[in-house]
Amino acid sequence: MEKFIQLTLSGVANGAIFSLVALGFVLIYKSSDVINFAQGELLMIGAYLTYMTVQQFGLFWPIGVVVAVILAAVVGALIESLVLRPLIGEPAISVIMVTIGLSSLLRGIVGAIWGVTPLPAPQFLPRDPVKILGASVGLDKLLAIGLALLLFGLLTLFFRRSNEGIAMRAVADDQQAALSMGISIKRIWAVAWAIAAVTAAVGGILLMSIFGGVSGTIGRVGLLVFPVVILGGLDSIPGAIIGGLIIGLLQAFAGGYLPPELGLGEVVPYVVLILILLVRPYGLFGQTRIERV
Amino acid sequence: MAGNNGVPTPEAQMQIDSVGLSFGGVRALSGISFNVYPGTIQAIIGPNGAGKTSLLNCISGLYKPQQGQIRFEGRNLIGLAPHEIARLGVARSFQNIELFRHMTVVENLMLGRHVHMRGGVISGGLYWGAGKREEIVHREFVEQVIDLLEIQDIRKKTVGSLSYGLQKRVELGRALAMDPRLLLLDEPMAGMNSEEKEDMARFILDISEEQRTTIVLIEHDMGVVMDISDNVAVLEFGQLIAYGSPDEVKAHPDVIAAYLGHQHAAH
Repeated sequence: MEKFIQLTLSGVANGAIFSLVALGFVLIYKSSDVINFAQGELLMIGAYLTYMTVQQFGLFWPIGVVVAVILAAVVGALIESLVLRPLIGEPAISVIMVTIGLSSLLRGIVGAIWGVTPLPAPQFLPRDPVKILGASVGLDKLLAIGLALLLFGLLTLFFRRSNEGIAMRAVADDQQAALSMGISIKRIWAVAWAIAAVTAAVGGILLMSIFGGVSGTIGRVGLLVFPVVILGGLDSIPGAIIGGLIIGLLQAFAGGYLPPELGLGEVVPYVVLILILLVRPYGLFGQTRIERV
Repeated sequence: MAGNNGVPTPEAQMQIDSVGLSFGGVRALSGISFNVYPGTIQAIIGPNGAGKTSLLNCISGLYKPQQGQIRFEGRNLIGLAPHEIARLGVARSFQNIELFRHMTVVENLMLGRHVHMRGGVISGGLYWGAGKREEIVHREFVEQVIDLLEIQDIRKKTVGSLSYGLQKRVELGRALAMDPRLLLLDEPMAGMNSEEKEDMARFILDISEEQRTTIVLIEHDMGVVMDISDNVAVLEFGQLIAYGSPDEVKAHPDVIAAYLGHQHAAH
């Protein structure tokens, strides 16, 4: 029972981070139909920017994190206006290839600035063990869950209430109609990329604090975005959140209960990916598209 | 209102001046010029492929004509982005319904108020203070539109679940919610039965009479067009072949030829 609770909580903590990263991916896909293969690199940039502000500039960590998140938002908006905007009207496959190229480019830039060896990073989230129902869990994981929930809440408010958020839903629903309502689609896309960069950055910052270090491999979490969004549905924001939690839990249980020498925790998300594609390709909450060929 | 016979011509609200549009080698519009006067219902008619929707798309900024000018209240619209034109007070509906299908009727109409909203993320997000007051004002405006179009009982329904005729009505409502000074309607009655058409014609007349909104209307049903419009522009193969009051246009030989074929016109 203890083991179960422990695995559940660490699965949920990891899953919440996956959800954050996947949320940005879904946001970009919904508002602009772009499949962003550089989502993991946005996470990596968030982590390195925090390393810069907290470790290199020596800012008090809450301030450093806020500065890093704002910088990440600027990076996201810049990527949209410099890289993606010139591609409006190009075939989807070209845009996808460009995001793959973008991911290599971002990895190269980060490597050029901070080097390619892993760097020790401050573990600013308190790590004291907490007893829950007999199981011992690090406080940093609980805080990660809490922070992710807070961010989901804020984003929900943003989509429900703010003009920008409602405009973003309108663009996702019907671009022509949104234009005729006086909504600037370019501006909305820039906002979508900025938010995607922010949620990914927060994910990266949480991972860095939990690992106590940062290296280029942190961006590999971006690959897990695909099982998450395929499971949840490419165009569903609740799907990204629930998909992330399911993948996080599956990973924790597979790694914890199955023989560790098989390393199944790493593989399970992709097994799910294939199964979902076979059975329900539009995911749990995605929109069913019927296309006549 | 056109005032050709010595009656002083009222100031045009929109001047379409020698507009030409090509797609590659295909000329969709050439040398189109006519004026739209404030508070009138201006119909644009013509056979399929005559360029009616292209002209509407030029006005709303979806197409960029290579020649000519479209001046709306003194300002050239050509070169402005569609969202900028919407902000100048030009609203439109589409031939194939373009609604936010996953949102409710009220949400769709509230999006029509987008151009008039200024609330920030914080006050709007918390539904508090100025954000709340703003929301209430806009909601009242939307309720007036709902009353005008008699869609009270479907206001909370998701648009995708409504019948075609009702969707058309909601689309008109969303354009009205923008409180436009110029309303562009692309075949508002296409695919409707005669009862729905009557309702729609009545709404359009109400809008014109009560709000004095200028309306530019593309419609195929000649009975409706001749009944409700003040002026009619006739396009054929991208050219303006006739312009005038419904009676003038009906009697015009080129129009008869365009609609009935050249043998009839020979009589």
